[in-house]
Amino acid sequence: MSTTASATHESTKTPVFYLKDEHDHAEGGSTMFGFWIYLMSDCLIFAVLFATYGVLGGNYAAGPAPKDLFDLPLVAINTSMLLFSSITYGFAMLTMVKGKVGATQGWLALTGLFGVAFICIELYEFAHMIHEGATPQRSAFLSSFFTLVGTHGLHVTVGLIWLVTLMVQVARYGLIPANTRRLMCLSMFWHFLDVIWIGVFTFVYLMGMLR
Amino acid sequence: MSSKVKTGHDTHGHDDGHEHGSLRSYLIGFGLSVVLTAVPFWLVMSGVLDSKQATGLAIMALAVVQIVVHMVFFLHMNVRSEHGWTMMALIFTLVLVVITLTGSLWVMYHLNTNMMPGHDMSQLP
Repeated sequence: MSTTASATHESTKTPVFYLKDEHDHAEGGSTMFGFWIYLMSDCLIFAVLFATYGVLGGNYAAGPAPKDLFDLPLVAINTSMLLFSSITYGFAMLTMVKGKVGATQGWLALTGLFGVAFICIELYEFAHMIHEGATPQRSAFLSSFFTLVGTHGLHVTVGLIWLVTLMVQVARYGLIPANTRRLMCLSMFWHFLDVIWIGVFTFVYLMGMLR
Repeated sequence: MSSKVKTGHDTHGHDDGHEHGSLRSYLIGFGLSVVLTAVPFWLVMSGVLDSKQATGLAIMALAVVQIVVHMVFFLHMNVRSEHGWTMMALIFTLVLVVITLTGSLWVMYHLNTNMMPGHDMSQLP
């Protein structure tokens, strides 16, 4: 393909402004780094939301404060769910490298279950808060709280959809290079979300209880 | 096209910018994470430290350590992957994050303390 391109260029004497030896790169060779750059941009989104929460987190508008709302044992369970899902995803990656399709699928399914548990507990917590009148409209603190924690929950939900999609892909086509690459991207995404959660439970929940 | 993919996969070993880690590194990371998660929760829930400021600083420090642990043991961060560009991107992002966070908190704190309606500006000479 590149030979035909260069042939036409040489016949018309047009200067060529690209390196012809670029085609040596493997397909998907830059995917991991590109995905890392995406994660860094996602990190900036969360940084801005953390900053917003940091600024507005004390404005209760005479409404409920973190102490009245947060249930630390529940948050601890939630945190452990995400932590367990991280290690099971790690096991999925280890079995993936060994080429064991069944074991990989099993670990991925377990990761998905932990992720679903995390989302369910979070939704229960949100529903409980809203039932008590602590809606996002109540105060600036609650607006920024729901935006920050909700954005994280949304990311986990999208990660779960991605996980199910990849499980179907692996079931259909096996651990082909394209699928292992996708699983490695999701691995980075999943561990990254766990890193963000460290910030959430420390900065929002634990620091909130200290206020 | 398919031959290209094949050759690409054969050179997979040289540097694809990603390491899979080992069972040992995952378990070490997990063990450290469990401790680094349990301690801050215990500190806040039991209130062993008398001053809230000390507790706050302690849990912030533990969070930073845990983030580093996750980066190293789960995300396999190192200075070699992609010839160091992964680390460069991370450092660049961290600089932006620090500027965003400290800048917002600093400016808004002063705005809050100096511009609160409590000050009666009409009484100024």
